[in-house]
Amino acid sequence: MTEGRGKPVGLSGDLAVAYAVKQADVDVIAAYPITPQTIIVEKLAEYVNDGELNAAFVPVESEHSALSAVVGASLAGARVFTATASQGLALMYEILWIASGLRTTVVMALANRALSPNINIHCSHDDAYAARDAGWIQFFAENVQEAYDLTLLAFRVSEDKKVLFPSIINLDGFILSHSLERLLVLDDKEVKEFLPPKEPVNPIDPDNPKTYGPLDLYDYYIEHKRQQAEHFKASYPRILELMREFSEFAGREYKPIKTYGLEDAEVAIMILGSSAGTARYVARKLRAKGEKVGVISLTLYRPFPVNELLEAVKGLKALAVMDRSYSFGSPGAQLFMDVTAALINAKEKPLMFNVIYGLGGRDLMPDHIVQVFEMAKQVAKEGEVKEAQVWVGVRE
Amino acid sequence: MEKELKLIKSIKEIPIREDFAPGHRLCTGCGIPQLVRMVLKAIPGPKVVVNATGCLEVATTIFPYTSWKVPWVHNAFENAAATASGIEAAFRILEKKRGIKRPKIIVFGGDGGTFDIGLQALSGALERGHDLIYICYDNEAYMNTGIQRSSATPKGAATTTSPAGRVIPGKLERKKDLIGIAVAHGVKYAATMNPAYPIDMYNKIVKAASIEGPTVLHYFTPCPTGWRADPSKSIEIARLAVLTRIWPLYEYEDGKYKINVLVKKPRPVEEYFKLQGRFRHLLDPKNKWLLEEIKRDIEENWRRLLRLAGIEE
Repeated sequence: MTEGRGKPVGLSGDLAVAYAVKQADVDVIAAYPITPQTIIVEKLAEYVNDGELNAAFVPVESEHSALSAVVGASLAGARVFTATASQGLALMYEILWIASGLRTTVVMALANRALSPNINIHCSHDDAYAARDAGWIQFFAENVQEAYDLTLLAFRVSEDKKVLFPSIINLDGFILSHSLERLLVLDDKEVKEFLPPKEPVNPIDPDNPKTYGPLDLYDYYIEHKRQQAEHFKASYPRILELMREFSEFAGREYKPIKTYGLEDAEVAIMILGSSAGTARYVARKLRAKGEKVGVISLTLYRPFPVNELLEAVKGLKALAVMDRSYSFGSPGAQLFMDVTAALINAKEKPLMFNVIYGLGGRDLMPDHIVQVFEMAKQVAKEGEVKEAQVWVGVRE
Repeated sequence: MEKELKLIKSIKEIPIREDFAPGHRLCTGCGIPQLVRMVLKAIPGPKVVVNATGCLEVATTIFPYTSWKVPWVHNAFENAAATASGIEAAFRILEKKRGIKRPKIIVFGGDGGTFDIGLQALSGALERGHDLIYICYDNEAYMNTGIQRSSATPKGAATTTSPAGRVIPGKLERKKDLIGIAVAHGVKYAATMNPAYPIDMYNKIVKAASIEGPTVLHYFTPCPTGWRADPSKSIEIARLAVLTRIWPLYEYEDGKYKINVLVKKPRPVEEYFKLQGRFRHLLDPKNKWLLEEIKRDIEENWRRLLRLAGIEE
């Protein structure tokens, strides 16, 4: 998808994110090293120390402090950034909710990595899913170009007065974070045009003192949560507008949901992150042979694009929802639960089953996708789901 | 400390202006309000307060009310120093980029939020050298959750998680040395404070605020609720803590230690203990061994401070 505006360069996902953050002229970066994110913040420290980026780099002593510090900096009116992965996100967990509830504009790159045990540095989506309930906007990048573009977009979205929620840009650990790809980068002036300096809303101001984060008991807490919920919901149309605006600006199309072959598909795979490309590659080959298969992927995971999904699945007989994570004891893994809940009241909906794949960086091969399409076709043919959850690419 | 400091000699010199509104829910006899009022008076000019979860936080910001006439930020329990680091870094860069005036950053944490769960974040903030004043109000246990022991609880004290039992008579471990920890980070100024010595307290806050970089103030705050003491005796208890050498008043400044109240003839520790239910079991003859151990600890600590202050015994 390297089309549209910009000059071609070769960068890894981590370096592309760092470049976007530099172009965003961020004010405060607080970060703690963790593979596979580390390159992002190393590069940012280099930009700062070489005088290419006029920002404060706060080398904190933990991820918990990284998020705490950017929450404080955001309240003070700064444009802020941090990055993490896996255990780091888990350590931040408590502050994820606070970052959203205090309506900060933190932008965070999450180089998706499996949670321990056993310790593993490669890709799973455990970390992204762990943040799903906390009130963050979440984007999933499919390639390095998207990691770059979505980082710029995330600042614009989070700081928009009709949004004011923090954002996560998910990029698959190693698969995107460390892969060199060709991408188009905007020039600094163009970025400034799309992303002017932050205009903080209710920042810390000694001339206009406010109390941030008070004690809130049963007489008000639920109303505040309801307000936050309503604002989060209401941010959705604004996010769509900003995605459209960016698409026109950059000449690369961004929508919450990406579909392929759904105009006539009978069965489809739904998947997040870099694997969507693999799924589309296989679908293209199968379609060339006349098979009616399709692919759905999400660029926007939170808020979840319910209506777009309802529209997309019309006419599908079977849908395989693929999760790069596992939810112990749940009726299905995380994306599966989202999708089934989103479709539960739809008059027309496909039969659905859940596929677990790729944990801890296990490669998802084209053959696995073929296998999943075969299962979906079987479900469509038989008109029932015999196995609600299956694993692929695993030695049994 | 080259610039001229507005140090005071009498409480009459303390500014009348109040930035801490009445009506807060701190307990009768609690020492925290004196600290907060004094800090807001002694540090004129723009300031931002960052507060760790704890008594001060819950008792002064019960929505929709607030006691704070200055910007006040609460993030979570263990991260007040990290949150303050971010605020400080933000104002520093925004001053350069957009000419926004940099306020003084004041952090309040209880002993749990400082000695225990917040120690890592505090260490990070001190090491990075952020320009902030970190103030620990130490009531020597987790009082907000109902009197559980912290690493600031003194040896011998009974709490709900270190009860004075038949076999184990209260907490058996010594209190951590917060000032020592701060000094080990290379801070330029650190001091202990006590509500029975308001002039000393005011001047220490003024000194801490005059320094660019991190400073640490450690404040002794009586907790009648948690200490099972008469609220009307809080200041008497606080004064006895100093006069028994249990809670020495001292400061570290420009690489030197100074004892501010040189207690030549200490009052018997029993006078301090008998005013507080948390220590009452120490006066039981069967716990004499522990009382003696505590007395030895106090003397050892006092001699350590004399050595640090370069005072011959």
